[in-house]
Amino acid sequence: MLSTSTQFFESDYQSKTSRFLQYLHIDPVLLAGLLLLMAAGLGVLYSASDGSIELVQRQIIRLSIAFAVMFFVAQIPQHTLYLWAPWFFAFGIVLLILVLLAGDVGKGAQRWLNLYVIRFQPSEMMKLVTPMMLAWYLCEKPFPPRVTSLIISLALVIVPTMLIARQPDLGTSLLVAAAGFFVVFFGGIRWRVLFGSIFTMLALIPVLWQFMHDYQKQRVLTLFDPESDPLGSGYHIIQSMIAIGSGGIYGKGWLNGTQSQLDFIPERTTDFIFAVFAEEFGIMGAIVLLALYAFIIIRGLYIAANAQDSFGRLLAGSLSMTFFVYLFVNVGMVSGILPVVGVPLPLVSYGGTSMVTLMAGFGMLMSISTNRRLIPK
Amino acid sequence: MPYRSHYSDHSYQASLFKFRAIVAAIICLLMLSGLLFRLAWLQIVDYKHFSDLSENNRIRLMALPPTRGLIHDRNGVVLAENKPTFHLEIVPEQVDDMDATIAGLSEIVAISESEIERFREQLRVRRSFQRISLRTRLNEDEVARLAVNRHRFPGMDINARLSRFYPHGEATAHAVGYVGRINQKELTVIDEGNYRGTTHIGKTGLEKYYEAELHGQVGRQRVEVNAQGRVLRIIDKVAPVAGNDLTLNLDIELQKLAIQGLGEFAGSVIAIEPHTGAVVAFVSTPGFDPNLFVHGISHKNYNAYSHGIYKPLFNRAIFGQYPPGSTFKPFIALAGIEQRRFGVKETLYCRGHYLLPGDATERKYRDWKKEGHGTVDLSKAIEQSCDVYFYELAYRMGINSMHDFLAQFGFGEKTGIDLLGERRGLLPSTDWKKKKKQTVWYPGETLIAGIGQGYMLTTPIQLAVATAALASRGEKIVPRLLREVHISGDDTVKVREPSKTMIKLRRENHWDVMFNAMKKVVHGTWGTARATGWSTKFKMAGKTGTAQVFGIAQDEEYDEETVAKKLRDHGLFIGFGPAEDPVLAVAVVAENGEHGSKMAPIARDLIQRYMEKYSAVSINQKDDNKVTSAVLDDSGLHTAHSNH
Repeated sequence: MLSTSTQFFESDYQSKTSRFLQYLHIDPVLLAGLLLLMAAGLGVLYSASDGSIELVQRQIIRLSIAFAVMFFVAQIPQHTLYLWAPWFFAFGIVLLILVLLAGDVGKGAQRWLNLYVIRFQPSEMMKLVTPMMLAWYLCEKPFPPRVTSLIISLALVIVPTMLIARQPDLGTSLLVAAAGFFVVFFGGIRWRVLFGSIFTMLALIPVLWQFMHDYQKQRVLTLFDPESDPLGSGYHIIQSMIAIGSGGIYGKGWLNGTQSQLDFIPERTTDFIFAVFAEEFGIMGAIVLLALYAFIIIRGLYIAANAQDSFGRLLAGSLSMTFFVYLFVNVGMVSGILPVVGVPLPLVSYGGTSMVTLMAGFGMLMSISTNRRLIPK
Repeated sequence: MPYRSHYSDHSYQASLFKFRAIVAAIICLLMLSGLLFRLAWLQIVDYKHFSDLSENNRIRLMALPPTRGLIHDRNGVVLAENKPTFHLEIVPEQVDDMDATIAGLSEIVAISESEIERFREQLRVRRSFQRISLRTRLNEDEVARLAVNRHRFPGMDINARLSRFYPHGEATAHAVGYVGRINQKELTVIDEGNYRGTTHIGKTGLEKYYEAELHGQVGRQRVEVNAQGRVLRIIDKVAPVAGNDLTLNLDIELQKLAIQGLGEFAGSVIAIEPHTGAVVAFVSTPGFDPNLFVHGISHKNYNAYSHGIYKPLFNRAIFGQYPPGSTFKPFIALAGIEQRRFGVKETLYCRGHYLLPGDATERKYRDWKKEGHGTVDLSKAIEQSCDVYFYELAYRMGINSMHDFLAQFGFGEKTGIDLLGERRGLLPSTDWKKKKKQTVWYPGETLIAGIGQGYMLTTPIQLAVATAALASRGEKIVPRLLREVHISGDDTVKVREPSKTMIKLRRENHWDVMFNAMKKVVHGTWGTARATGWSTKFKMAGKTGTAQVFGIAQDEEYDEETVAKKLRDHGLFIGFGPAEDPVLAVAVVAENGEHGSKMAPIARDLIQRYMEKYSAVSINQKDDNKVTSAVLDDSGLHTAHSNH
């Protein structure tokens, strides 16, 4: 049941190049969006790192690895992903428990599992495996999902989320929860149940507060009054807002952001890189960047809508929306409307692990997007 | 919408998904517009405000770390101070070629392999734009040579910092502890704001226990910087508040006297004022040099410490658990007469061994003296440390009443000394054995417990506290290393008030019985420590002890001579004096010290020196010109103000 309004995208596939990309399981539109974003990201990183070629080179190596991973995942047929989903999920949960019992401590939290060859963060893997598992579970269920299915879905999301939150890694647990939520949303949960649960969750915020670490509480509180802790976590928000605000409409120009170059923005190559971008390119640059992100997200949703079966639809929809949550939380936190939770700006922030996960996710999207055409309509 | 359920309608699902995907896309766009609205607010509406702030962001807020509080002994001798030292530091972000820089710098000043290794390790885990020191403690000559060559190395800086220094090094290492660089784990528990700019934190000992007192309050200054980030001038500042100074109960002279007394032995000496709980000497030997840890200890030095057979980093005073041996006898004897199991004058005949009544195997429990002590009463049993007397006493009492009485003296429980991680020791009972070993208690084990062997374990600090309780006739104090806290910035002093619980006896004169018996240990004709008594000018009470070493773990490898030495018995001694009105109680544990009588002179010397120094004017009389406006109690550093 493909609608005819998608001819604009479909027509490209007649060319020779397109057939070749099709053969490689590459979605050219998505690929173009990703490449553009990464190129912009490298430019900002060069500026944010004070012109460090070394840092940019390392990022390029990471990007290449991430691309290889994406390409590899894109070759896995959607059906295989479906078959593997529960095994991966069980494996991931076991690893998360291992981390809590015997994990290495990096930056104060227990997130890493030392495999002696590489250090591995199982919580990253759960960002992909949790939506796979839920899609696996919900795609065979009657439609729309009944109460029992919803309760089981809820459990499937809560277990990994809580395990990751205990590490403690608020940012990742939030993303895992969001990924699970979006599967249920696309799985056809009734609107009234949806809104009902959202209101219940809002009511549960005070309970959640009790379980938060002191430093997490501190971050939320400084959001409302950054001046209260100018040397602690408030400092990040104040400096970041000055950087963004002083960028104005057109920005101070590439490599000319005084806030960034004078080392006022903390974590400016990683979590706060958006502040560097907004300072140097102004709101015009920000509009272009956000539009690029929107393009990728909408392409992802388009792929989801045209997926061959329910599993592909649910997984692709959830992955696209998780990408959006990444973006929203990061920009929200940098611009001072969300607490600082440590979520990188996807595909732009310096750093390896989350980038590989993201690109593996895009690999799944490409697999879903191209596999369907192998079956004759 | 018609009700659909129980079957999967694929086309319906697909079209519903499409609808939801569109809804999701719209929500995304709306929320992104929200972000843009926020950005527009910052970048267009408030542009002027932030632009001004950014212009003025030539003004930088810098943290001024506070000076760490000093630690003194009771007479004001400095035990931990801050010395200005010059450091060679690198800001990695400003260095183009790190290898070349390190190579170039090591031609100018000596930089060892381990320093480079440590530098690279810190390079990996540091916070961004944090300076890392490559060489610490430069001398003046090195500073001059580096200063001349500064222009060749961008990102290199010579910085004067205050470094912690422990002038008495080994002597105070286990009590005072040391500071070290803040590590990742500590980063999550400290107050990020207050520790901005602070590089070191208390790692062990009092430095850790009183970290909150010693650290102080961070200050801040606003400075103007030029485009390269160099400081041009200071605009204003809030000065940091230095940490509070601590005065300890320790007397460094007595501390060193005790170390000298132990000589080559690994062990522990603790001296406590029985009425106040003030810890006058707190020794664990061998010691180590805490100054090596301040700037990060090299692998070689660390391995030398941690693989040394006597484990110098191990604080024997609170972590070491030893069988108390015969030093337990005064407490058990007291239990016997208190619980009416034995009369004060009652005697038995010791023929050199003891048979457990009703034991068919007729196993002989031996006395240390093969030919026996003959007719013994309590006084003689303590004086000569007759084992047979205590086998009989233990047999009559049973392990549980023994446990209950001895628990009052703090055995098997933490003493509450102001150090972290203290061990409990072990005071066995039938309940304990059932729970931990899942077997019943054997009567033979009671006999062994009666002479302080078997499962019995005490830490030296526990032994000292129990001895102090004996010396003060029942005041069981909480031992304290800290005497007072001098609040920085004003003249107020927080004083640690003694904290104690009373042990009530059925008959007060039982204390005298025990005092007299223990006096005979030192001054009696047959006392086990009589050799010490001959040369002691004052009357002292004590008890020797020898604890069997049951063997060494199989995986430990030593050369033969060491093995032989390692198998020797532990020597213990507890004592207090002067016997008329004890001012100091001492516990000595010497690993492989063979016999407790050898340790008696250590206790004697400590008590004698203490009397010479302090007995004329009691140290506990308050100095009247000090303003005491606050009181420290056991719940930590609680402050209560009183009007003067």
